[in-house]
Amino acid sequence: MTRLIVVRLFFGALTLWAVSLVVFAATQALPGDAAQLILGRDATPERLEALRNQLNLHEPVAVQYMQWLQGLVQGDLGTSFSNRMPVAEYLTDPVRSSLTLMGLSALVATPIALFLGAFSALRRDRAFDHTSSMGTLVVASIPEFVVGILLILMLGPGGLGLFPSVYAREGGPEQWILPVLTLALAVAPPIVRMMRATMIEVLESEYVQQARLKGMGERTVLWRHAAPNAIGPVAQVVALQLAWLAGGVVAIEFLFNFPGVGKVLMDAIENRDVPLIQAVVLLIAGIYILVNLIADVIGLAANPKVRVANR
Amino acid sequence: MSGNENTENVESTEHTGVEGAGGRSVRNGETVLVVDGLTVIGRPSDVEIISGVSITVKRGEILGLVGESGSGKTTLGLSLLAHCKRATEIVGGQVLVGDQDLAGLSERGVRQLRGRAVAYIPQSPASALNPALRLGVQLREALHDDSLSNGEVVERVREVLREVALPDDDAFLRRYPHQLSGGQQQRVAIAMAFVGRPDVIVLDEPTTGLDVTTQAHVLETIRSMTRDYGTAGVYISHDMAVVADLADDIAVMYRGEVVERGRAAEVLSAPQHSYTRQLLMAVPLLKTSGHEEAEPEEEPLLRVSGLTAGYGRTQVLEGIDVSVSRGECVALLGESGSGKTTLSRSVAGLHHQFTGEILFDGVPLAASSYRRTAEQRRRVQYVFQNPYEALNPRKRVRDQILGPYRHLVGRPADPDGVVAEALERAALSASYADRFPEQLSGGERQRVCIARAVATGPDLLVCDEITSALDVSVQAEIVKLLRGLQDQGMALLFVTHNIALVSNIAERVAVLNRGEIVEYGPVGQVMSSPQHEYTRALIADTPDFELSFPGAPERLGMDSGDRVVEG
Amino acid sequence: MSGPSTSTTSTTPTAPARRRPGLFRTAWRFGRTKVGVVLTGLIVLIAVAGPFVAPYTPTEFVAKPFETGVDGALFGGDNRGRDVLTRFLWGGWTLLLLAGSAAGLGVAAGTVVGIIAGYRRGWVDDVLMRANDVLLAFPQLIAALLVMSIIGPKVWLIVAVIAVSHMPRVARVIREATRKVIEQDYVKAAEAIGLPRWRIMTVEILPNVTSPLLVELGLRLTYSIGVVAVLGFLGMGLQPPTADWGLMINENRQGMSIQPWAVALPVSAIAVLTVGANLITDGLSRAAIGIDRGVEK
Repeated sequence: MTRLIVVRLFFGALTLWAVSLVVFAATQALPGDAAQLILGRDATPERLEALRNQLNLHEPVAVQYMQWLQGLVQGDLGTSFSNRMPVAEYLTDPVRSSLTLMGLSALVATPIALFLGAFSALRRDRAFDHTSSMGTLVVASIPEFVVGILLILMLGPGGLGLFPSVYAREGGPEQWILPVLTLALAVAPPIVRMMRATMIEVLESEYVQQARLKGMGERTVLWRHAAPNAIGPVAQVVALQLAWLAGGVVAIEFLFNFPGVGKVLMDAIENRDVPLIQAVVLLIAGIYILVNLIADVIGLAANPKVRVANR
Repeated sequence: MSGNENTENVESTEHTGVEGAGGRSVRNGETVLVVDGLTVIGRPSDVEIISGVSITVKRGEILGLVGESGSGKTTLGLSLLAHCKRATEIVGGQVLVGDQDLAGLSERGVRQLRGRAVAYIPQSPASALNPALRLGVQLREALHDDSLSNGEVVERVREVLREVALPDDDAFLRRYPHQLSGGQQQRVAIAMAFVGRPDVIVLDEPTTGLDVTTQAHVLETIRSMTRDYGTAGVYISHDMAVVADLADDIAVMYRGEVVERGRAAEVLSAPQHSYTRQLLMAVPLLKTSGHEEAEPEEEPLLRVSGLTAGYGRTQVLEGIDVSVSRGECVALLGESGSGKTTLSRSVAGLHHQFTGEILFDGVPLAASSYRRTAEQRRRVQYVFQNPYEALNPRKRVRDQILGPYRHLVGRPADPDGVVAEALERAALSASYADRFPEQLSGGERQRVCIARAVATGPDLLVCDEITSALDVSVQAEIVKLLRGLQDQGMALLFVTHNIALVSNIAERVAVLNRGEIVEYGPVGQVMSSPQHEYTRALIADTPDFELSFPGAPERLGMDSGDRVVEG
Repeated sequence: MSGPSTSTTSTTPTAPARRRPGLFRTAWRFGRTKVGVVLTGLIVLIAVAGPFVAPYTPTEFVAKPFETGVDGALFGGDNRGRDVLTRFLWGGWTLLLLAGSAAGLGVAAGTVVGIIAGYRRGWVDDVLMRANDVLLAFPQLIAALLVMSIIGPKVWLIVAVIAVSHMPRVARVIREATRKVIEQDYVKAAEAIGLPRWRIMTVEILPNVTSPLLVELGLRLTYSIGVVAVLGFLGMGLQPPTADWGLMINENRQGMSIQPWAVALPVSAIAVLTVGANLITDGLSRAAIGIDRGVEK
């Protein structure tokens, strides 16, 4: 099992490296060069030349990439074009805000989703199951920013006026409610559906039937025989949904004007701030890969066939 | 009766005595299970899956419940524990175990009785043992007797493990099901059923998928344990030979009803119902003198010499020499893992990793079918084991047959004629051409597979376990069909694990054990005086019985004179 | 199933069992599929017929910015004073066209990759799947944003980026389906007679993965609608002054509390469309599960 995890880690690192290559190559495709972008149209040729030397733009692309990668490994993400701050420092606060937002959403969504899913499985084909299945289907189909806008229209200033629709620095905790609710609604439906499907599959399995035929009570059947076999697939879906949050947060932050990495990314794109774009995209891809990796490892660990090697 | 002979066998095995089975007084012979007018229906269609079934079983005896797929025998087995699959329901009748009616009890009452009054041994322990729980946990909970202390429970578990000839140490109890072999898993399932000392035990085809040797051991264990514990056994099976060997009583199920029941000896010697007779006739005889040998030819049609094959680093076949002459049937006999399928696939060009030579009509065949000439591919055709997977579900029968024909022979002038002729050689009428595979039964599908293979006019037909997925009655027809093809001059390489089939179809047999041929010769000779101990064990472990009712000798179309006198 | 009656009379067929209904017919039996078709049909009708019945041209000024209650403009004016209803009626077909072609291209490419990777195995499979992993490391929206921010928002680029981001996801599903199919012996039967590999892929494998394929198409269509809309919403999709639902939301969200119609109309349309498309997909996938299970006996 350790070997399997090491192999997965290795492939994770390899993927991350390939992603860095893609990101770097993509930014190389920008029209004009970085010096021009930083200094603007009316910069003198001398100043441009000086900056090019400073940024090593005369080196071959491969050397530039190696230097960039070296900096990356040491935690040096370069300097932002637009505000001249080191990218790493500039990103600290937004990353913290975004992680808090994602964490809160996951904390709200996961337990409720797991409960709904398990309950639907036990009430299979009854009214509760149909309602929950229809509800998750509807919520899962609508793009998350549309969900957010619908929430604003209903609960925001134009509707019931319960919560503010835009995040402001001086606002109170109630301004977190709509963004968290939107993200939680986006994350939950797949977890509900997976939990339900897995529980049903496990409850219909022959070993659960055998447990019933052995005279086990429903409680024992559910917790001792069914649950351990449902953990693996469900944990994987939960992790995948958390990984989705890393990308899904962008549109939501933009919508609520929330000061996180998503907002930073949109501003950086507006300003063509290449080091910032590179850093944020890499960061999001990195979180995405990491969480996927965790999902993989959980899946392996939950499977006794992998955990206990055949003797 | 071979049943008596077998009983003696069991008693003389390693099993140690009645005393070991625990302090209960055994009152064999007393009737303990009475099923009366049991009816189960499917919801929402209200179709009766089993209708008005009545059976009784005595302590220490085994009732063999025989039926083919779809006869309702598994539904009946489960309803003996008052368990119904989704969308089925017991609507009438009684299941009396001792003096309690399971069909009329509450859920809680039924739960109390399960495992202790009635226990169940499933068809496939691989999926019936919980993969996430250690064996110890699964065995201990099966006892669910609150009056016992923890130490007593563990002691009881160890005792029953010893009785099924499994290790009883802690290391074994800590194992997970996937760490055991198929035979061991089935023993665990048996131990789990007997741990609560039930009055009645239901066995649902517990030896399906096991090798004959393992099957023989498992059956012996079941036999002796039911007698020692004074348990009444209900043994569900499609295999008449196994039931004839094991059971005291036989009940034959057909379309949800018990059409015949009685003492095993009576049912076997004087079957009353036509369906019973038909089932019995379909069971192939174990020993025959074989067919007359063809004249030895200068150059056989197929000659495999020095073939060694494997997957990656594991080697599955070593130094194989086999040959098939024109119009001859050679059987490859082996248990699962013996490498018989690898050998047949190498001949067909589907397995490429081998060294050695395959000569077809004097010309060496390339390893991959893609490197062979169209003519070679046309002359060697392959029929697969599972007819449910061997036909493309999106094509009509007609296109299944014409596809290979167009590719190997060319565009036919009269496609309908080609299809009709191929179907006719597989004993199907031309009207099957427009059907899709889903509209065919298992036997019909296999016939279409054969039709597809013979359409191109091959000289050699490689048949890979082609009857193992089919009911016995269908199996008998397919064997008949193959004989007919052979009479028309086709050579057959018949791969099987069923030694009884070998006797009834092949002229020569090659016995494969762990990748090597341990015995090779004319069928009659191999069956009557096997030289290798593996072959001897195989013949001894295969259940067999004789038929004495009128017309019986004609089963599988064999001549009565072919039967070799035992001894 | 097989009783004494069939065993003696194998040459004369009993009346053939009726063939099971196909995927579409099975899916149609579910009420939700019908609801999905109605919802989707409604929005498609608005998007396609809209431009022909719109009262004004999409760039005509008919009111003051965010003005409501104007005569002749049922839902008032937008951020520039253009007619909201007109822009709503004009703004749908671009979304449908972009999403449709992106989903179509992505699923087609993913199917090709998936079948090849699943069937050829070995290094072909390894290379294709590793490349897939790299593509999968970008969340769909982030990939689109990265490319748009660098090359600029162009129509063909929107389609290409979304299609490319669909490809690895579709390929993974189709590869799994292919692997299940090639375990079946009819593929081996075709190999034994030496049928060329490309014919095996098109004739034996492709027709047997159509169920997951259709389900994927529905799913990818739903996602495409979402991504195209969110790109417009982020200002990275179609550019002004085009009338586009996503862009309309972006342009008018500042005035949401005083003029909700300019946002509510496109938002509801997108919501109804995606729900409808997903209901159809759900019907298809339920039908597919039933059908795939039915293959075994």
